[in-house]
Amino acid sequence: MAGGNMIARHEGSDRLIKISLLVVAFSAVSVLVIITIFIFEQGLPIMMKYGLKNFLLGQNWFPSEKSFGLLPMIVGSLLVTLGALVIGVPLGLASAIFLTEFSNRRVSRFLKPVIELLAGIPSVVYGFLGLMFLVPFIREKFGGSGLSVLAASIILGIMILPTIISISIDSIRAVPDSYREGSIALGATRWQTVRMVVLPAARSGLVAGIILGMGRAIGETMAVIMVAGNAADIPGSLLAPVRTLTSNIALEMAYASGEHREALFATGVVLFVIIMILNFLANLAARKQYRKK
Amino acid sequence: MNAESKKYFQGFLRRGCQIFFVRAFISRHQSQLRPLNFTTWFLILACCSFLLSSCRLHSGSEEITVAGSTSIQPFADEWAELFMRKKPGLVINIQGGGSSAGIMAVREGSADIGMSSRELKDDEKSLSEIIVAYDGLAIIVHPSNPVSSLTIDQVRSIFAGEIVSWKILNGVDKNITVVVREEGSGTRGAFQEMVMGQRRISKKAIVEDSNGVVREIVSHDRNSIGFISLGLVNDKVKAIAQDGIEPTEEAILKREYRLIRPFLFLTREKPEGLPEEFIDFVLSDEIQSRLPQDGLIPVKKIMAGHRF
Repeated sequence: MAGGNMIARHEGSDRLIKISLLVVAFSAVSVLVIITIFIFEQGLPIMMKYGLKNFLLGQNWFPSEKSFGLLPMIVGSLLVTLGALVIGVPLGLASAIFLTEFSNRRVSRFLKPVIELLAGIPSVVYGFLGLMFLVPFIREKFGGSGLSVLAASIILGIMILPTIISISIDSIRAVPDSYREGSIALGATRWQTVRMVVLPAARSGLVAGIILGMGRAIGETMAVIMVAGNAADIPGSLLAPVRTLTSNIALEMAYASGEHREALFATGVVLFVIIMILNFLANLAARKQYRKK
Repeated sequence: MNAESKKYFQGFLRRGCQIFFVRAFISRHQSQLRPLNFTTWFLILACCSFLLSSCRLHSGSEEITVAGSTSIQPFADEWAELFMRKKPGLVINIQGGGSSAGIMAVREGSADIGMSSRELKDDEKSLSEIIVAYDGLAIIVHPSNPVSSLTIDQVRSIFAGEIVSWKILNGVDKNITVVVREEGSGTRGAFQEMVMGQRRISKKAIVEDSNGVVREIVSHDRNSIGFISLGLVNDKVKAIAQDGIEPTEEAILKREYRLIRPFLFLTREKPEGLPEEFIDFVLSDEIQSRLPQDGLIPVKKIMAGHRF
């Protein structure tokens, strides 16, 4: 009798936990819903008023003159993100390949946590280091003001490393050892095995890692504001200043009022859509990998 | 929260806690239920912290909120500090956010006093405004820059992106790095109004979001030029003379150096009560006589001999 009572009580507390977890999970989702509604409600009316085309393709951002062209910022975001990938992807993939296929266990046990620690450094610290060391370096070596596409790309390239490395490591480790054994048994060298067997097998996981890194780069704000120069103009060279969508919001939100404020929410809408597309691609790539298994 | 409802609330909490303690006690004797312990303690902690925070709400004191221009904010902080020392129990909340945010806050009633470092636009004129100080605008360059005086026209051409090299201005043969503030900032608004007029500031200019960062960049980049509040000029940057006239207090008072702007305190209606006392305090000799040390210009001095 006592036992039955206890089981009943266990079931009761189980239900309690289940319900409270459900509430917590839904509150997280509802925050997302609220944010989405809020951004669109604030940003869409002004986009409709001045025309979607003027917003997306206009080259002049002069809020005080009611001219809200976001093209320089869209181009800026994509350019800086691309730059970050050019720097971050080769470095990240090389590190991941080394840590999984070539290093001995002791080295990778030391290096992996260190790389993951990179993710824990606040972005303002990256920005500050960039401003103190990278920007003067670029100014002296290449000319210009140093606050540039190049500086922002390098800083972001470093910032996305942990994302790319840890996801790549996971997907390379997920490739069954029998693949490697088979390849080596056929007479392939270690590097040939990695290049022709392991990487293709892990491909969709690697792609997902790169896309997530891309998401991080496009969403990063603080570090970019500090090193990019923030001129609302399509950059003519790697040494020209650039403004991203996120910088545009963070830079001007403090002082903005009226339509200027709404235009910043519209910037948020554009960013939101871009990030949604990236997330969709990431999910697609990840799902592909699972299906293969 | 009134006393009665608080009592009820506390009673409710106490009962809740009792239940949880009993649960925690029971589950300690049942090994399978260990995980519940953690949850229980977490809930108890959450309840306690909630109770604590509700107690804090109860202890009210007199409070006024001042919000707006980040150019005025550091000075307002200092004034508030002095005023709070005089009136113990009073709390003055100084918040930044920018001139436009300050104007909006005082219109909506979320701030008692708004601070603006730009003139009010026509649709904002319904607010009651009081000039508490004047601030000069300094055009700054790197200390090593050989150029030390420019005309307003030259400054305008530089910021409009027409003059791109220091060479034309008898400086070194290097491209000029123009550094400006972001759209909507009071400092940029003042610069636009006093220097640029109808001209646009170049799109190629570097944009930063505070006086401090502009100063930091100009102090490191030999070829740069920017504008900041005169009160914030230090020895790491050089303030450019305008048509040969250095931005000194004397030149400003004689109206020879013309780049100056008002610091405004705004209230929804005619100020009364605590906000009025604070504004009067800021306008008193005690504060006004301190302004020159901070690089600001007292209101009375300008009002006295020189009309604007």
